[in-house]
Amino acid sequence: MESQAYIPANYKSDQAVRWCPGCGDHAILNTLHKAMAALGVPPHMTAVISGIGCSSRLPYYMNTYGFHTIHGRAAAIATGFKVANPEMTVWQISGDGDGLAIGGNHFIHAVRRNVDINMILFNNKIYGLTKGQYSPTSDRGFVSKSSPYGTTEDPFIPAELVFGARGNFFARSIDVELATSQEVLEAAARHKGTSVTEILQNCVIFNNGIHNPITDKAVRAERTIHLRHGEKMLFGKDNERGLVRDGFLLKAVTVGQDGYTIDDVLTHDAHCQSNFLHQQLAMMDGHELPLALGVIRDVEAPTYDAAVSEQVAEVRARKGFSSLRDMILAGDTWTVE
Amino acid sequence: MLQKANVKQLDKVVVRFSGDSGDGMQLAGNIFTNVSAGVGNQVSTFPDYPAEIRAPQGSLGGVSGFQVSVGTGVHTPGDQCDVLIAMNAAALKQNHKFVKDGGVIIVDSDSFKEADLKKALYATDEPYKELGIKAQIVEVPVTSMTKAALAESGLDAKSVLKCRNIFALGLVCWLFDRPLESALHHLAKKFAKKPAVYEANAKVIQAGYDYGHNIHASVSTYRIETDEPKPGIYTDVNGNTATAWGLIMASEKAGRPLFLGSYPITPATDILHELAKRKDLGVKAIQMEDEIAGVCSAIGASFAGNLAVTSTSGPGLALKSEGIGLAVMAELPLVVIDVQRGGPSTGLPTKTEQTDLFQALYGRNGESPLAVVAAATPTDCFTMAFEAARIAIEHMTPVILLTDAFIGNGSSAWRVPEADEYPEIKVRRVTPEMVAEGWSPYMRDAESKARSWAFPGTEGAMHRLGGLEKDVRTGAISTDPENHEKMVNIRREKIARIADDIPALEVMGNPDADTLLIGWGGTFGHLMTATDELNAEGIPTAFAHFRYINPLPANALDTIRRYKRVIVAELNTGMFADFLQSKLPGTEILRINKVQGQPFRVAEVVEGVKNFIK
Repeated sequence: MESQAYIPANYKSDQAVRWCPGCGDHAILNTLHKAMAALGVPPHMTAVISGIGCSSRLPYYMNTYGFHTIHGRAAAIATGFKVANPEMTVWQISGDGDGLAIGGNHFIHAVRRNVDINMILFNNKIYGLTKGQYSPTSDRGFVSKSSPYGTTEDPFIPAELVFGARGNFFARSIDVELATSQEVLEAAARHKGTSVTEILQNCVIFNNGIHNPITDKAVRAERTIHLRHGEKMLFGKDNERGLVRDGFLLKAVTVGQDGYTIDDVLTHDAHCQSNFLHQQLAMMDGHELPLALGVIRDVEAPTYDAAVSEQVAEVRARKGFSSLRDMILAGDTWTVE
Repeated sequence: MLQKANVKQLDKVVVRFSGDSGDGMQLAGNIFTNVSAGVGNQVSTFPDYPAEIRAPQGSLGGVSGFQVSVGTGVHTPGDQCDVLIAMNAAALKQNHKFVKDGGVIIVDSDSFKEADLKKALYATDEPYKELGIKAQIVEVPVTSMTKAALAESGLDAKSVLKCRNIFALGLVCWLFDRPLESALHHLAKKFAKKPAVYEANAKVIQAGYDYGHNIHASVSTYRIETDEPKPGIYTDVNGNTATAWGLIMASEKAGRPLFLGSYPITPATDILHELAKRKDLGVKAIQMEDEIAGVCSAIGASFAGNLAVTSTSGPGLALKSEGIGLAVMAELPLVVIDVQRGGPSTGLPTKTEQTDLFQALYGRNGESPLAVVAAATPTDCFTMAFEAARIAIEHMTPVILLTDAFIGNGSSAWRVPEADEYPEIKVRRVTPEMVAEGWSPYMRDAESKARSWAFPGTEGAMHRLGGLEKDVRTGAISTDPENHEKMVNIRREKIARIADDIPALEVMGNPDADTLLIGWGGTFGHLMTATDELNAEGIPTAFAHFRYINPLPANALDTIRRYKRVIVAELNTGMFADFLQSKLPGTEILRINKVQGQPFRVAEVVEGVKNFIK
């Protein structure tokens, strides 16, 4: 946050931004420029890698190294990139279709390996670039061009997939919550290992208002909770509501009612090794319990790219050869005079 | 030195080891090969193993073979063998057809009991008669002799039986006058961590050798000519290992770290195995979650400035197509290795074919040209892997290297190149000076049309690549119709100009003949031998072998036009012939084809050529 070396404009390319007016992507892009400036990683040490979809156009708008790749493969390409050059700070931009449908396999494996990349998952529950088909995060029954009578399948909940893949960092924000987005993106970048930040993003053309039941200003305070490590889990207009334990489950209560005091309200521990509570928090959907925003899990673990480099260094130190020829000559050979 | 009766002096011999896939035939064959290479023989091997890891014991489906030719003038593992070792009835049934007239078959007579014959689906209790075998059969009670040799060893029965292959190896070592000390050395290495097993095998190999000595009256033994090869340090290497080493050499010569993103697939996995070991040389070889991730991680590594490689076989290449197209569009160096096997679909995973040529040339969406090269022999895999990497880096393009199961698994003796035998690879690296002068990512070298490579981390060289069409000048996204056509033509021209940077096509055999035999890739040994035989029989034959497929060497078409009769022999239904025909409309391209999952036999090629001359 203290770094004064860069301003957001340093991360902005000269290309005209071509998303639809009113698209939630604009806000995320601006927030990312700000977060990068605040983090102070030089543009030439930053790479932004994306797949295919509206959100995946983002690298063109960055004055960093950028790669707009093919549908679903950003995680695999980012993995190779980061392993090849661990010095670079790597961001990966994916949508719900790109990251969780066609790229679902790469997504879970990148998370499992804990490659040090910062994934931003733009979740608008729709395929926008192909003009409006349901996605793997669309709710059951969702009507779209490819599901005119409603879908007959249940969606992925991205957080659940991340925890299923043994993820160590998960955060969530909403496109219009600029301050929250910047806060979680900075935390995501500081986290060593795969970070997944889901941003609920509004597609103004094909799925306008899909997140409104939770994100609308009138209800947002009641239906979301902003989690911060070390702070009480409070929400509501006047922070009068809180989360408490109810057996193995969570319950929302009003502090001062039904015998609940502030001491009963849970304190968020994002660094807890066990993901048991993190998972429950991340699964809250804004109905019975408020949707959780902020950094839900942030646990340190060995990163894949560093482990690969360390193993190479360790093997080289122990029994390294200076050249291919040396290596071959150390094996079985015979000499012809 | 033992006195031997009936010594045959031969320039080369072919030995085939066969048994259950759990009998250790590959090990016995490999040790025999290494020992032979060690005494100065040329060697060429052909492991022929089943797709099943362990089919039922004694069944026909579980038979594993290993054929090796040793001596001088060895280009192939041989069409047929002088000596067959059959460890059971099933192995004999599957392999007797590979034995030359007048050859010798050594069988384990303990494995021809009623139950064994039944398992191998014999109709009678007279297996030799039933199979119509004319070769000399030597019945050796391998199992009981092995048991007797290890009676005092304290090993359990199962472990004792595992040593049968080494008894057979000892017998073969006697037959071919191979030094046992060398075989013991290889066994000691193999069982370095199991001294008890080594002791048992050392005892058994001696027993096998002595057994041969004691029965020698009834078998001819062989003395094999040794070569006088080029002085230097030699090692025995198979094609997949040579491929891995060629890439490492290229990495050293380019000064770029080597990255492999791969996924296990038969028969290519040994490349991943070897490069995973080569962390001792700084190689980063990672096993990804699927074939697509293999190529994609390599593309990411290439964008990051590494010499990036992915290795696979046919089905995997199909999965990588879209990724390779991205590398075509982004104009990033990338080496894709396809160790071809029998297809389509899962096909014949452990068998050899040349049926991926069209997939390599054309298997992508859009106008998507790239360079295709092919290795001719196991040791040529080293050179062509180096070449694939050199072309990829110097011309900023993906390159597909085609090898196959035959040369990938086959091995030969190979002279370790001196440090300066391979050229430096020139990296088109973006420098701060270029940045200061207004570099942009799609600026091109006037001669080669290659763009340059900006390594992330370079100040001022930040740029965006992607699969969308780029403006010819700025590299920004462009949907302009004329710009697209211009870019299509530039990408095509860039590949075509590689022809100026590869060796000319050579004509071997009798260049003045009317008949030109043409081959490509892993069939070199068989076609070269066939050419020699044809010329020796008084049928003048020229021979041209292609290792550079796209683009073709600059002199290739003119060379072919000089001949009256042009015959392409390949292990598919005519892909390279069609490819050449499309470039030589006035020339009739004749064809010799085989698609059986097996290499050519020299005799087939000789016959095929003769049929066209009649």
